[in-house]
Order: sequence, then C-alpha cells, then structure tokens
Amino acid sequence: MAGKTLDFVGATGRAALRFAATVGEWGVLMQDTIRGLRAVRIWGKLVFEQMMRIGVASVPIALFIAAFTGIVLALQASYTFTGAVPVYLVGSLVGKTMIIELGPVLTGLALAGRVGASIAAELGTMRVTEQIDALETMAYDPAAYLVLPRVLAGAVMFPAVTLLASALGIVAGWLTAIQLLDMSTPEFVRGLETFFVPFDVVFSVIKSFSFGLAVTSLGCFFGFRTRGGAAGVGRAATSAVVASSMVILVFDAFWAAVLL
Amino acid sequence: MIRLRGVHKAFGEKAVLNGFDLDVPRGATVALIGASGAGKSVVLKHIVGLLAADRGSVSVDGREVAELDQQALYALRRSVGYVFQFAALFDSMTLAHNVEMGLRRIPGLSRRDIRRRAAECLELVDLGGLGDRYPAEISGGQRKRAGIARAIATRPRYLLYDEPTTGLDPVTTTVIGRLILRLREEMGATGLVVTHDLGTAYEVADSMAFLHEGRVRAHGAPSEIRISGDPVVRSFIEGAPELMETMA
Ligand SMILES: Nc1ncnc2c1ncn2[C@@H]1O[C@H](COP(=O)(O)OP(=O)(O)OP(=O)(O)O)[C@@H](O)[C@H]1O
Ligand SMILES: [Mg+2]
Repeated sequence: MAGKTLDFVGATGRAALRFAATVGEWGVLMQDTIRGLRAVRIWGKLVFEQMMRIGVASVPIALFIAAFTGIVLALQASYTFTGAVPVYLVGSLVGKTMIIELGPVLTGLALAGRVGASIAAELGTMRVTEQIDALETMAYDPAAYLVLPRVLAGAVMFPAVTLLASALGIVAGWLTAIQLLDMSTPEFVRGLETFFVPFDVVFSVIKSFSFGLAVTSLGCFFGFRTRGGAAGVGRAATSAVVASSMVILVFDAFWAAVLL
Repeated sequence: MIRLRGVHKAFGEKAVLNGFDLDVPRGATVALIGASGAGKSVVLKHIVGLLAADRGSVSVDGREVAELDQQALYALRRSVGYVFQFAALFDSMTLAHNVEMGLRRIPGLSRRDIRRRAAECLELVDLGGLGDRYPAEISGGQRKRAGIARAIATRPRYLLYDEPTTGLDPVTTTVIGRLILRLREEMGATGLVVTHDLGTAYEVADSMAFLHEGRVRAHGAPSEIRISGDPVVRSFIEGAPELMETMA
C-alpha cells in the first residue's frame, strides 16, 4: 500500500519534472526566435507565404464552423428563451458568444488541428531528413528561417480569421432568426447592440492572437524535437495538436479571468 | 586546419566516440573510413557544431567550435561545405534554389551572379538543365550530386563529404572522385571525406584514418593503410569478417 502510494508520488513527480523540462525547452526555442528577429533578411520574405498558408487557406474551415455555430446558437437561444425572456435577446446571445467565446475558441481549435499539425509534420520531416541540420550548416538560423515566419503569420492571421468567422457566425445567426424564428431584422439588431461593447472585439483579438502564438510555436517546437522517422513525425503532429488545444482552453480561461 | 583531440561522445548509454583524435592539415584531404555505425557521420557533425562533444576538443583554425558565439559559429559554417550522407536537400525547393541558398548568405552577390554560380555548380556535377526539378523528381544518385553542388557553391575553404559516392554507379563514382580532387586543386579546399568506398578513398586522400570502436585505429597514407597488418583493418579493407574473429 505504502509502496503503491510512493510509486504514484514518484511517477507524478517525474511527470511534473518532464513537463517543466519541456516548457523550459519551449522557452529556449522562443528565446532563439526572438533573437532571430534581428535577421530580417532571412525571415522577411517568408512571412507572406506563411500568412497565406496559415491564414488564408484556413478561412474555409473556420467559416464553415462559424456558420453552423451561429445557426445553432440562434436556434438554441430561442428554444431556451420561451416566453419569459424577450426574444430580441437571441441577437445578444449570438453576438456576444460569437465574438468573445466561440469565434476565437472554435477557430483556435480548428486551426490547432489544421495549422499545428501541418507545421509539426513539415518541420518534423525536415528534422528527420536532416534538412534543419543542412540549414544550420549553411549559416541559416532555423529559429529565424523556420519558426519566426510561422509564428508571426499565426499571430496576425489567427485574429483576422477569427474576426471573419465571428462576423459570419453572426450573419448566420441573423439569417436563422429571420427565416426560422419569426424575428425581424430590427429585433435581432437591437439584441446585438444592447450588450455590445467595443472591448469585446479587442478581447477577441487578444485571445486569438495568443492562440495563434501558441499553436504556431508549439507546432514548430514539436516539429523541431522530432526523433525517429515517419512514426516520430506522426507523434510530433499529434503532440502539437493535443498541446495546443489544451493551451488554447487554458488561455481562454486565463483571459476571461484577467480581462473581464 | 581541423583538429579533434580526445573527443568523447555518447548518446544515452551508447558511447560512440571514445577518445577520438584526428588532424586535417590545411590543404590536405583526409579520408575517414570505418564500419557502418562506427560514428563517422557523428565526427563530421562535431566539426560544424551540429553536435557538441561530451569531452575533448574540436577546433577549426585554432578556435574551439564549442566556444564560438552564434556570429562566429555562422562565420565558420559559411567557410565549410557539408555534403550530407542522404543529401538533405530542401524538398520544397528546386535544385537551383537549393544551391542558391548558401550563396544568398554571401553579402554583395547580385541575383544574377547567384543564379549563374548555381547553374555552374549544377553543371559541374552533371546536373546542368535539371535546375528546375524538385528533389523528389530526381534519382538518389542525382540527389547526392545535387548535395555536392550545394556544398561547393560558396567555394568554402573546408569541404566535409559524408559518403559522397555511396549508391552511385561506377562511372559517376569516378567522376565524383575526380571532382573532389579538382575542387581541391582549384579552390585549395581542405577536405575530410567519410566513406566506405575504398577506391575513392585511395584516389582522393593524402592520408586515411580508420575509425574503430570510437577511436582512430590506424592512420597513414593510403599506401600504408592498404598493406596494414592490423587484422581489424585488414578485415575491413578485404571485407572479410573472419579476420576479425581470428583476432578475438
Ligand atoms: N542524434 C543521434 N541520436 C542518437 N544516436 C545517434 C545520433 N546520431 C548518431 N547516433 C548513433 O551513433 C552511432 C554512429 O552513427 P553514425 O551515423 O556516425 O555512423 P556512421 O559511421 O556514419 O555509419 P554509416 O556508415 O552507416 O553512415 C550509431 O549507432 C547511431 O545510432
Ligand atoms: Mg554515416
């Protein structure tokens, strides 16, 4: 019994140490990345391409998710509000939730899968085929050449995609309200305006900015530390998605606690 | 001059280098031979700081590689051309772009110069005209040669070749051997050639070092290695494992 408890304590301790070590390694990569900012000549030309790959190419999936979320929000709000609550509040609920919570988080999670996995797999393949070593021998700092363009693109494009998605979600909610719920456009808009504050948009941008940093930097991190061939690349992609999804949810709670 | 002294390197429990010593004098070409898994590639990676020794000293031109700051390390790397064992071409880029990568890091080279020099280097390894291809679209031997073109593009003072001729047909092997000799004559490059291809080693090297169990087991001119009486060396150059067993 005591032996088992000790085993458990020991295992937990080791896991905690491993976790702390991993966070430390991530920190070192981020430090290198920040130092890499100086080498604009290396990364400058690559940011645009990454913005296309990370942001623009992710727009369809983000919009798809947002549209259905908006529809469901409107339907469920009206279902919940039967009688007791004024119906125009459907607009408030759709707007508020899309902007401050579901827009950023669902977009973040979708892009964690799409962007995080693809970055980790790409850099992981480069690692196991020694392309990252080759970059180094050619005097390219991999943090500046590979990590920086992706992280910067993520930091810019996550908020952009998120705002777009939130907007479409609201539009979808509005269409649902007027088509299926016997609401009028003025009613819906009244609801939207009632609780809206401009800070909501700032909040959404801050959140999705932090999600963008997390997803891209973790994708790079797990890609860089890939070992052992194709299976290793698969593991890197999985780790990147799992870790960035968890970080998104933790950040989400953190920002709500700190900024609201 | 490249100098390794008493280098120890282990990966986890597995000791790979165990007091490894090697000198590559300026202008010379040294061949490092040894069995698969002996640690030859590991030696090369220490010279450009891709791996750090657990113990011992690795220096290039009298400066400890491990003590260089980032700027100095990149300066060193710019003076070294590294031919990777499996080419390690950037697979998202065309061959021409691969070769241009190193050239772009040289200040003052115009775009046109970069393009011209990349084309010349590809020509030199008989890949002229394939500059627009991607690595996935060419054969293994062609990839190897593209890797050589990429390494020599910046006309480095040092050239590290990791198995430059493995997997090539006999004619191309001879062509690459001659190319190594020619680069040395024209650019005065100092070379370290890792290989198990003894023909190439005899042809290009001034001296040979035989890596066995983490150390240099035998060292000397090709003519000396060829007639070495050491059973381990004999076993390797004759491809006869029995000789090792008679010793044990
Ligand atoms: N990054 C690494 N992590 C763990 N082990 C490694 C690493 N690099 C090399 N090794 C181990 O070191 C040993 C020597 O490897 P190395 O690639 O230098 O052999 P080699 O002499 O080049 O062999 P070959 O002729 O087959 O290329 C091998 O057992 C290999 O497993
Ligand atoms: Mg090797």
